[in-house]
Amino acid sequence: MTLNPYIIELLQVLTLLGLAPAFVGWVRMVKCWAQGRTSAGLFQPYRDLAKLFSKEVLLAENASWIFRFTPYLVFSTAVLAGGIIPILSLDLPLASTADVIVIVALFAIARFFTALAGMDIGTAFGGMGSSREMMIASLAEPAMLMAIFTVSLANRSTSLSEIIQVIYSGQSVLRPSLAFAFLAFILIALAETGRVPVDNPATHLELTMIHEAMILEYSGRHLALIEWAGMMKLFLFVILGIAAFAPWGIAAKGSLLGIPEALVYMVLKLGAVGIGIVLIETGLAKMRLFRLTEFLGAAFLLATLGMLSFFILD
Amino acid sequence: MMYDPISMAGASVLLLFATAMLAPLFRKHQQILITMSFALATVASFLGVTAGIWSVGSGITNQVILPIGLPDLPFHLRLDALSGFFLTVIGLLSLFVSVYSIGYIKGYLGQRSVTSLIIFYCIFIAGMMMVVLADDALCFLVSWEIMAASSYFLVIFENERQENRRAAFLYLVVAHVGAIAILLSFGVLAGFATKSESFLGYTFDAMRTAQLPIEWATAAFFLSFFGFAAKAGVIPLHVWLPEAHPVAPSNVSALMSGVMLKTAIYGIVRVTFDLIHVFPVWWGAIVLSFGLISAVMGVLYALMQHDLKRLLAYHSVENIGIILIGIGLAMIFKAFNLPLLAALGLIAGLYHTMNHAMFKGLLFMGAGAVLHATGERNMEEMGGLIHRMPWTAALFLIGCVSISALPPFNGFVSEWLTFQAFLLSPALPSPLIRLLIPLGAALLALTGALAAACFVKAFGVTFLGHWRGHHNPKVHEVDWSMRIGMLLAALTCFGLGILPSVFIDWMDIIAEQLIGTTIASSAGRYGWMWLTPVSYERASYSGFIVFVGIILVLGIAYALLHVRPGTIRRVPIWDCGFEKINQRMQYNATSFAMPIRRIFGYLFSIRERVELAPQAGHKAFPKKIQYHLSIRDRVWGWLYKPVVEASFWMSRKVGKLQQGRIQAYLIYSFITIIILLVFLR
Repeated sequence: MTLNPYIIELLQVLTLLGLAPAFVGWVRMVKCWAQGRTSAGLFQPYRDLAKLFSKEVLLAENASWIFRFTPYLVFSTAVLAGGIIPILSLDLPLASTADVIVIVALFAIARFFTALAGMDIGTAFGGMGSSREMMIASLAEPAMLMAIFTVSLANRSTSLSEIIQVIYSGQSVLRPSLAFAFLAFILIALAETGRVPVDNPATHLELTMIHEAMILEYSGRHLALIEWAGMMKLFLFVILGIAAFAPWGIAAKGSLLGIPEALVYMVLKLGAVGIGIVLIETGLAKMRLFRLTEFLGAAFLLATLGMLSFFILD
Repeated sequence: MMYDPISMAGASVLLLFATAMLAPLFRKHQQILITMSFALATVASFLGVTAGIWSVGSGITNQVILPIGLPDLPFHLRLDALSGFFLTVIGLLSLFVSVYSIGYIKGYLGQRSVTSLIIFYCIFIAGMMMVVLADDALCFLVSWEIMAASSYFLVIFENERQENRRAAFLYLVVAHVGAIAILLSFGVLAGFATKSESFLGYTFDAMRTAQLPIEWATAAFFLSFFGFAAKAGVIPLHVWLPEAHPVAPSNVSALMSGVMLKTAIYGIVRVTFDLIHVFPVWWGAIVLSFGLISAVMGVLYALMQHDLKRLLAYHSVENIGIILIGIGLAMIFKAFNLPLLAALGLIAGLYHTMNHAMFKGLLFMGAGAVLHATGERNMEEMGGLIHRMPWTAALFLIGCVSISALPPFNGFVSEWLTFQAFLLSPALPSPLIRLLIPLGAALLALTGALAAACFVKAFGVTFLGHWRGHHNPKVHEVDWSMRIGMLLAALTCFGLGILPSVFIDWMDIIAEQLIGTTIASSAGRYGWMWLTPVSYERASYSGFIVFVGIILVLGIAYALLHVRPGTIRRVPIWDCGFEKINQRMQYNATSFAMPIRRIFGYLFSIRERVELAPQAGHKAFPKKIQYHLSIRDRVWGWLYKPVVEASFWMSRKVGKLQQGRIQAYLIYSFITIIILLVFLR
């Protein structure tokens, strides 16, 4: 028996909305253990969100509609991306709406408007955050596309579901180009989701923050939406990596048994990736802003090498 | 006589010339003159658009021979799908800009007479339309010169300022160097087309059937590519563009940047795919390389600007680069005999041509509205305009989102198609080209990301935050005609973004006529919502569903959060508790671009200087700190300065012949005659 694709779509969006905070909670928890601190538990992010949603919104006097519109847009693009990336099953009605390039562009819209919101109030910190975020993005995005192109070339499609189909059908072989692309993807995912060594999600030290600087003036439900979208973005980048490089476990057809199985695989993979993130974050220090050029340059170089090696070897 | 598209296009051109002739009669009544002429220009542009849409839609090619021109050399006009497409682009933006101009030009009332502006405005649009209609070398070059000369007079309209006169002169020089190259190129083509018994080799029909040896074809192609590249502003021939576009009145900048550059793209496509039509791979590789260089360097230069219109002008260089990337890929694919992929590349390039006309027109109109309202072009002095010009801000934002290639707007569709063309290149057999292609895709991705950074800067600094300037002018929203002009362009951007397959279906006939295959059979196979350029398995995109999805989730989230009446309290800015914030502490255009300037600084010649005015007694606390920054195009020093210096050096040497004495000149004539008699007897 197979489930209606629209029900799977709904399940998937609910999984995204529901589990994204738990994943962030897991990463924080493991990090606390690794650094010998007591953790606040897996559910702290839910409590944070609930608190923010119940609070009143304090809005700066000169905030324009862009500032109020941005949280909803950021949230909405994250949810839409979650409906397109195969999390549980390949049989999604929305899957053909957008390929990988469009998904990258969806995150770019969110970033574009967040950066504008950072400049809207007219504080020095907001502008600083926007300027740095756009600088990082303009170096990370090409590298991201290069890594993705390598995967798409190897599987002859830019649609994620099709890529996974090709991998499942056994037509995809292990290629050196994919190894390069994978390494590049890890570096870029750290940059795009604002993790150490690029940005520190826990910092509120004014001069080092990047993403936090842009959203400094947000409060109440606006802040809750942005935080939630941020958690979903981290979750989705992990899922994107899984889908492009190690999709095993995602249900090809939405059968009644396949979905819970896919869920179990997903949780296991997320748990492992979470530990990986903690190892990176505990082992490395945040880089100085202008050292990031080397970091992102390396990612770009790796991704381009991946693509070149595809063109030369295949 | 209006029963076929070409007569309609002809009527449009005639109406424009008639308007130009009529204008001087009304020079005493400037108010009436403005409304009347721009209304007529709007009607004429509308006729042009209709003719264009009609001719592409019906796929019929019309030809007319006019009994004007030189004896035995009549003008040939022809309207095929390619001409029709460019006629649509020109007509559509002229339509929007003409509506906009009714309000914009009224800003000059009481300052100066606008009669000359109106005359040349109409001639300019007519010239552009004639360029795409021309079907022989003579008519083409005459139209090309009409377009160049009238736009020169438009650039120099505010001629009391030295910088405007300089910019216009530079423009004129580059335009004519380019025109000479195009003339020579047609000369080569006509030379091989002419049968000894007639002059008819100058028609495009004859050139199409001419058999050229490859070396002469190469010469013809590179001459015309040089000429058209000079007009399009391809790096390194772009130097006139950021000088001339900002100083022209903004409606003219919109037309120059939005559509005049496109006539050069038309020329490249016409000469390459139609007149020469058989070419080797490396031509395509060269076009692709120039496209890539223009795209990346254009956007980097744009990031360094703080003059709003100059920033937009550099973005035209970037977008012309993106268009050439599509065309270059199409040429490579066609030379390797992969017609479907060539059609995809060509459609991607032409789609971007349309897109760029719309969003760049919109952005220049927006910049014009800001200039009109504040009298300011320097972004460092602006800020917070979203509160006082809500319409302009929202429409300008649509332009920014479109040009930054973000879905669901139109810029994204053409970049997506270009990426798809890149991703199909493993089909190519040549190893050298295979190395160029991945780098090309990487550079295009870099361009898109940098463009987004640049437009966050442009919109953020101009419209958000607080007013940065020292004096505070009375800023007002612009009038209805300017808003309508911008609104129409914004709606077109949106429509082209969410319904790409309808548009591709319409323009696909161009690929059919030039390459011999279409992509529509696969592109729109799954209905109007879906864009699937090669096959469903390969890639698919639905701008419509992306848009609806975003709006739907956004609406639900908003509704759920407002079940209880949400409370919003307006409070002073928090800024981490720092209280003494003022508007000069905001990030401005220069500081926003600083990280990127530092990373890519080696590409420019940058001079930074900090001056401290020390205070007596307290050396550590200077009274005043001044920061000077100058960024220059390296190309100018490398390429143009030597030429300029060499020509001055030569003219000084030649100038020594000028004695100013009649006896000396008589001797020169005498010697010349003797030489002629000896050698040419």
